[in-house]
Parts: sequence; C-alpha cells; structure tokens
Amino acid sequence: MNNIRGYSWLIGGAQGTGIERGASIFTSALALWGYRVFGKREYYSNIMGEHSYYYVRFDEKPVRSHIERYHILAAYDVETVFRHNLEGLEGSAIIFNQLHRNTKLSTIHTIEERLAHDISARLKKPINDITLQDILDEAESLGIKIFPIDYNEILSKVSAKTKEPMVVLTRTNNVIAVSASLALMGYSLESLQDAIAYVFEKRKKVVELNMLVAEATYEQVKSKGYDNSFNIKLRKLNKNGKFLLVNGNQTVALGKLVAGCRFQTYYPITPASDESFFLEDNEIIDLQPTLDEYPLIQESKILDNSGSIVVFQTEDEIAAITAATGAALTGVRSSTSTSGPGLSLMVEGLGWAGINEVPVVIVHYQRGGPSTGLPTRTEQGDLRFVIHAGHGEFPRIVLASGDIEEAFYDTIRAFNYAERYQLPVILLLDKYIANSVVTLDGLDTKRIKIDRGFVMTEKELLRSKEIGEQYKRFKFTETGISPRVFAGTKYAVYWATGDEHDELGHITEDPVIRQKMMEKRMGKLSLIEKEIPIEERASYFKVDKPNLTIVSWGSTKGTIIDLMEVLDNEGYKIEFLQVRMVHPLPASFINSVLANKNWLVIENNYSAQLAGLIAEKTGLFPRYQIVKYNGRQISLDELYIAVKRVLEGKAPERQVLEGGA
Amino acid sequence: MELRFKLTDYRTAVHNNWCPGCGDFGILSALQQALYELQLDPSNVLLFSGIGCSGKTPHYVNAYGFHTLHGRALPYAIGAKLARPDLEVIALVGDGDGLGIGAGHFVNAGRRNIDFTVIIFDNEVYGLTKGQASPTLKLGMQTKSLPKPNISQAVNPILLAYACGYTFIARGYAYDTNHLKELIKQAILHKGSAVIDVIQPCPTYNDIHTKDWFAGKGNIDPKTGKEIPRIYKLESTGYNCVITNEMSEEEISRKVAEMIVKANEWGDRIPIGVFYRDLRYDTYEDRLEKRIPNYKVYPPGKQLIANKEGYPITDISKILEKLSI
Repeated sequence: MNNIRGYSWLIGGAQGTGIERGASIFTSALALWGYRVFGKREYYSNIMGEHSYYYVRFDEKPVRSHIERYHILAAYDVETVFRHNLEGLEGSAIIFNQLHRNTKLSTIHTIEERLAHDISARLKKPINDITLQDILDEAESLGIKIFPIDYNEILSKVSAKTKEPMVVLTRTNNVIAVSASLALMGYSLESLQDAIAYVFEKRKKVVELNMLVAEATYEQVKSKGYDNSFNIKLRKLNKNGKFLLVNGNQTVALGKLVAGCRFQTYYPITPASDESFFLEDNEIIDLQPTLDEYPLIQESKILDNSGSIVVFQTEDEIAAITAATGAALTGVRSSTSTSGPGLSLMVEGLGWAGINEVPVVIVHYQRGGPSTGLPTRTEQGDLRFVIHAGHGEFPRIVLASGDIEEAFYDTIRAFNYAERYQLPVILLLDKYIANSVVTLDGLDTKRIKIDRGFVMTEKELLRSKEIGEQYKRFKFTETGISPRVFAGTKYAVYWATGDEHDELGHITEDPVIRQKMMEKRMGKLSLIEKEIPIEERASYFKVDKPNLTIVSWGSTKGTIIDLMEVLDNEGYKIEFLQVRMVHPLPASFINSVLANKNWLVIENNYSAQLAGLIAEKTGLFPRYQIVKYNGRQISLDELYIAVKRVLEGKAPERQVLEGGA
Repeated sequence: MELRFKLTDYRTAVHNNWCPGCGDFGILSALQQALYELQLDPSNVLLFSGIGCSGKTPHYVNAYGFHTLHGRALPYAIGAKLARPDLEVIALVGDGDGLGIGAGHFVNAGRRNIDFTVIIFDNEVYGLTKGQASPTLKLGMQTKSLPKPNISQAVNPILLAYACGYTFIARGYAYDTNHLKELIKQAILHKGSAVIDVIQPCPTYNDIHTKDWFAGKGNIDPKTGKEIPRIYKLESTGYNCVITNEMSEEEISRKVAEMIVKANEWGDRIPIGVFYRDLRYDTYEDRLEKRIPNYKVYPPGKQLIANKEGYPITDISKILEKLSI
C-alpha cells in the first residue's frame, strides 16, 4: 500500500476499557501537531468485554477514509493481536503486553469458533496448542516488528508514585498503548500530555495520573531503545489555527442547532442516540440577534440572548416521530434521529406527516439489517426502504450525505427543504458517518440561509379575517404549496387529518377532491426538480476522458475521492458521480452523465440499490458493481484492489468485498 | 359582563356522521361548553384525537384540530405542548385507541405530568370497525356483534391512570353533560396531566351497557320496587381525594386505598366525579424551566432562528471551540 498516503494506526482491546478514549488522545495529539486524521470505530453490541477496535489514518494532507491495514498496532489485550496480526503493512509494528506471550487462543472466549478454526488452519496447529507467541511469530515472518511492552513495570512505577492500587491503574492500559505508539514515532511527551489534558478536560486527578503513565511509558520505550528501531517519525507541522475534531453525530447536531431546530425527539438506538445526547448537553443555545430588530424577543424578556432546544426522550419510536410532528405543527423546526429498527416503527408517522404536509426532519443512521441485524456495524441497506416507506403515495425528500462535513450542511438544507416544500425530509446517513472522526478546518454557519417557506403570520391572518376569508391549510395553489400557519397563531384555526381531506383539513372521500389533493401533494416533486439546483442534488467530480466513471452515494464518498487521488498518481483518470438527493432522484442529470459510458457502482449493501434505482429511472445499467455487506465499511485498500481489477479489465461484473475484523 | 367568545364560536359547520344517540354527542357538547365557560380563545386550543368515532371530534370543534393516527394522539399532543407550553392542549382518545393500541403512550404520558388533558371516550367497543371488544369490555360480556363472549379481562382506566402517575383522574358520564363539562373545566385548569374516563353508551354496538342500563334498568330497589340509577356522583358522598405534600404517608395510603375501592366499584353502583388529585408534583414544563430558565417565556415554538437577511442567528462558536484542538 505504498501508494496510499499517510499512516494507519490501530488500537484494540476489550469493550469498556477505554478504546475510544485512547483513540481520542491519539487523534488529539496528532491534530495538535497539525496532522489530519480520519478515525473509524468498530464495536460490538455489548457493554463490556467484547473486542473493540479503532483505526486512525493520518497524514499531512486531508484524509477522508480508513484502510484496514496498520503501521502500528497498539494492543493492550491478547485478543487484538490474535485478530489483527496479519493486517500489518511492511515495516509495521505490533505493540503488546509482554505478559501475554504465552496466553492460549483457547482461553479467549470472545473469539468466535469460526475465527479460531481459521487461525488453526492457517498455522497448521490444533487450537489448544496455539499461543500468542505463534501469532507474533507469524507476524514477524511477514516483516512486522514486535515491540513487547512491560505494562506491569509502568503501572508499578506510577503506583509507587501515586499510591494508587494497581487494579485501579490497569484502567490506564489504553494510555500506555497510545503513549508507546507516539513514543515510537518520536512524538514529544509534552505535547502528548497536552492532548491528555484536552481529552480529560477538567478532571484534574485523571489528567495527572495519565500524564504519569505517559511519562513512564516514554521512559520504558527509550530504555529499550525502541524509538531508534522504528522508521516512521512524526514532526510538528505548521498549522493555522485549530482543527475541529468531530464525528458525524456531532456535525448533524451542530447543523440542527444552526438550522434552528428547537425540538428533538428520540428513542435510544445505536448509532443515533449520541446525536440527541449532544443536543441535550447543549440545550441552551447562544444567539446573536440585534435586539431592536426583534421586538418579539424583547417582549418575551429573553435571558442572556439565549434560546433553547428541548430534547425529548420518548417511550418508543412511534412516539418519537409523532411528538416531533406534533411540535412541528406549532411551527418549531423539529426533528428526530434513529436507525433501522426505529424507522421501521416510525413509518405510520411518516405517512401522517406526508398527507398533512408537515415539515419534519428525520435523520436516519443506517446500520446492518434486517431486524436487529448488526446493531453496531455499518451498511447502506436502507435506501429503498426510506424512499418507499409508508403505504400509499406521498412526496418526501431523501438526502444522503457523503461525509461528516457534508452532513452538517445537509442537515441545514433538510430543514429548509422540509419547510419550503412542506413535507418530511429524511437525511440518510450511516454508522460510518455517525461514529467516525475527522479533522476539519471549521464549519461555516452562514453558508446556508434559513428558508421557512410560505408562512402566514398573525397580521396577515387578521387582514384576511377582516375581509371574511377563512384560512385554508390545504388551499389549492398553482405550486401546490399552501400557506402554512403555526398552530396557536391568533385569528386562525385549522384542521388536519390522516384521512384524505379538503382544503380546510376536514375528512373527505369525494373523488374529485381526492384526485386534486393527490396531484397537489405529488406535484411538489416536480417543483423540487425545477427549483433545487443540481449542485445540491449531486456532486460530479468530472475529469476529461475518464478511464472509468464511478457512481455512488453516501459514506463511500471519502474512500472514493481518496482512491481517485491514488489512481491519478498511477495515471488513471477516474471520475465520480455522487448522488446526494436519492429521492427525488436527479434522473435526467444522471442520465446526461452516464449515457454511453461504462460505469461502476460502489455500495455498502447486497443488491446495489442505487444502481437499481438508476436503472429504474434512466434505463441505464452499470457495467460493474462493487458491493460489501459484512457490516464493515468499504476500506480504501480493498477498494483500490477491486477498482484496479476493473481498470485492468480483469474484474467480474460483480465484486463482493470482504475486509474487516 | 360581555363575553369575548360565544358558544357558537366553538362549533363548526362540518356534517356530523356519528350514529343517532351516540354518547360522543354528549362529550362534544360538554367540551364546547367547557371551552366556552373558560373563554378560551379557539386559536389557543389544540385538540388531538386518534382513530375511531372519537377521532372525528376535532372536526366538530372550532379550534386547531388534529385527527392523528390510531393510538398516537398523546405523543402528537405532547410534542405540541412542549413546543408551546402556553397553549391549551387536549387529547381525545377512544378506549381501544387510548388503552389498547395507544396503551404505551398512555402509560408514559402519566410518568411525565405534562400540563395537558386526556379525555377517554369509553364505550367498551370498537365502534367504527363494527363492534369488536375494546380493552375496557368486561370479561365474559357478549355485546351485539361479538361471535363469542369476551375472553379477556378489562383494564381499569382509573387505576391504570393512577399507576402511571396522572395527577388528576376523573370519570364522567356522556349523558350528564353538565357534570362532564365541570370535570373538563377542572381537568383543563389542573396543572399537570389530567385524565377523564368518560363512560358512554354505544347505541349501535353495546347492547348491554346502554343508556337505560346506566339509568337503572333492572336495578330494582326491593323497598320501593323502582329502578335505582346505577351512576352516582362521588362528590355527593363527601368523597374527596386530594394528595398534598403536607400529608403523612399514612394519610396518603388511606386516601389512596379509599380511591382504589371507589375505582373498583361497578355494576349496581358506578361512581363518577374526581377520583384523585395529586398536588405533590411539578409539571414537566416546570422541570424543564429549571434547566432552561426562559423555557416558558421563550419556548421552542416561539423562537426566532434567522435574522432579517435570513442568516441563522444561532451562535455555536463556544461549542466549536470545545471541539477544536
């Protein structure tokens, strides 16, 4: 993988022992020195004990994807080495606890039988005879360097200094693994300690303890001369200002705050809940209005220029979408966030919002399905579901963001579309976007203006009341968009019903009105086609005379863009069409790009759902497809091999990728 | 005194398609009367209903009316109330709608003590789907359209509401609109979650608990030989169950025990009136206000989110700073 920029680091251990925290310190340390990082988190649906790991790819220039290979494996439990020993790149290192050398494979109960048998077959040894040493030997035979660390010695030293018992100190094993990695690469202890202070914030005692652990680890690495026997070295880079280090749950939450979302409902579900937690944590919102511009604000004596978001945990997902919709009826920008099983429950609420033209935003983080599926693993299996969910026909918009940064801007757009077109909008993301972290230069909170659509105010209502005009929530208009009134506004009332209704919102079964209402609602899809610029619906990374056109959607974007760069260096011209509004699909634009081309579709699902959709709307079929559905995101290294095969004319029509531990 | 709103201000011209003699008429009329007597501005009132005959009620009331999904009136209502705590929010649910398919919402709404009112239209059958057994139909009863007697026991709405944490629990009778109107007024004025279980005959499908039955049919006084009405008013017996912070544990237990006895009364004597009022708890909105000081004066539904030029006015710079390194 010499052609892939940057380095890759992998930390692994038992769930609940600080993998995420360790990765957080590592990424913060790198960011502090001006490195760009991309981190990918993998974990079981489990609180404690199962194997959890975290890949961090980093470089001087931006990185947008992960590779399933490492330059350093930082392990503090045995299982991690058993699982990942062969993923090392040339000249890579394995850091592990030297006490574990003789631990037997058969004693690790969290390793699946399937994997134990595979290891046994690989080593040609019975499972009961295999120890970690065999696995280390296997790695060494591939040129991977072994760096045993005496975890106990480090902890004893710290224990002697702090009088903390060893049992308590084992909680810092993750910091030993991180510190050893950074020491190996010549990173400064002082900067590492800054990173530790940043991650643990105000918890002074924890900061001090972990600083001591880092220091003792550095001493051991030096005394063993390890820092002289590893080639990859970091240097402090010039950097202007700070980097934002964020995951997708956070950028969506930030997008919601900026968009003016002031009501969020949720029912706990992985990988969506963290977004709601983040919002609740920031429920009081700073505002920057000029008070005299806003008599309403003065009137209501707002304190300290602050607004707020109410985050409401419901009893189930049906309540989550219906409560969000109920709030939206009063005019507040309202939203809910969920994942597969949650959206399955929400479907009836989606239909009600659809027939009643209520602007509500649903952020849907896909995970492996069907049913409970793979609760903590990623997939793009819900595209077909979200565009069709619900009985009957009603318009909706489905946006699929390509990465963590795009998710921020798409979140704001989602609310604008929802209000402008008065319909539910689904922002389709996945676990990869939710849980990965990336360094960004910042987020532009003024890039997108707020568009609240066609709203009638109290004043206007009074005027029409005076001329004897009754307000009609579902008034037939030329565009199909009726004036919206926030429930609770003076001088009006209106009705809404899940039944078909007339302009006032009362039940009707009249065939003529029914037909007109259907046409009014469904007609909004053509309005969307007409009004929303193509730049907001698709990104076309065009090149002259491409060797290949890649088509994809959602979280594969970063991997594909990174791949384009790698292949460009090899002389291949690759272009990429990223479909961002998957419903309504910008079919004529897609057609104009793809007609008469050999194209390749890349998707993290079994049936290449976007390709099917494109075929349905344009009659065009991909020449090749690359799919993956083992619950692990397509990685840059495996995609490189698969696309290379296509470029060399050696690929079958369909390639199924299998990478990931 | 001249009143701002007339009774007719709460009526609509929508054609009413309930069956003749339906108890829903009584509930509708009591509701309109209550809104009128409280002089609530129709544009300050939000009605939410589910599915079934009761679900149509909002269409007959001149107020913001939302006829939602089967069983889901409560979460819709709660969402609206939390976005605009200054508005009057009333949920109108059926017995199957509110206590069957919507039971989970009913239970969890009680836990929160949000300041809103739930009115249960309780006729023991699913009327609109032609008379199936609802969760309040008693074991062994075989109403007109049932092929076999009801094989399940009935839920007791009063006791369920108590178990869930509702802080105002009452029962009304659809044909005593005056009494029901007073209950609705009290429920609206109560600070916290109020529930009224309204007993109503379904003249089309419930041929057992009919208007006549409630009026005393077959309930003969052995002394006089006359029919004794089954329904009686709790307040006429001196019953009054209000729980306050000042009460001792023993006193509360005694009151609750008394309430449970009354709530289990059925058959020849059926009490209506206020069963339970609990003044010990803050509302959900009060609790939110403790976290968000300007929540009530500047709630989600009233907040400005953009300036005149249309740019967002939310300032996330402090959060971004925290996430930066």
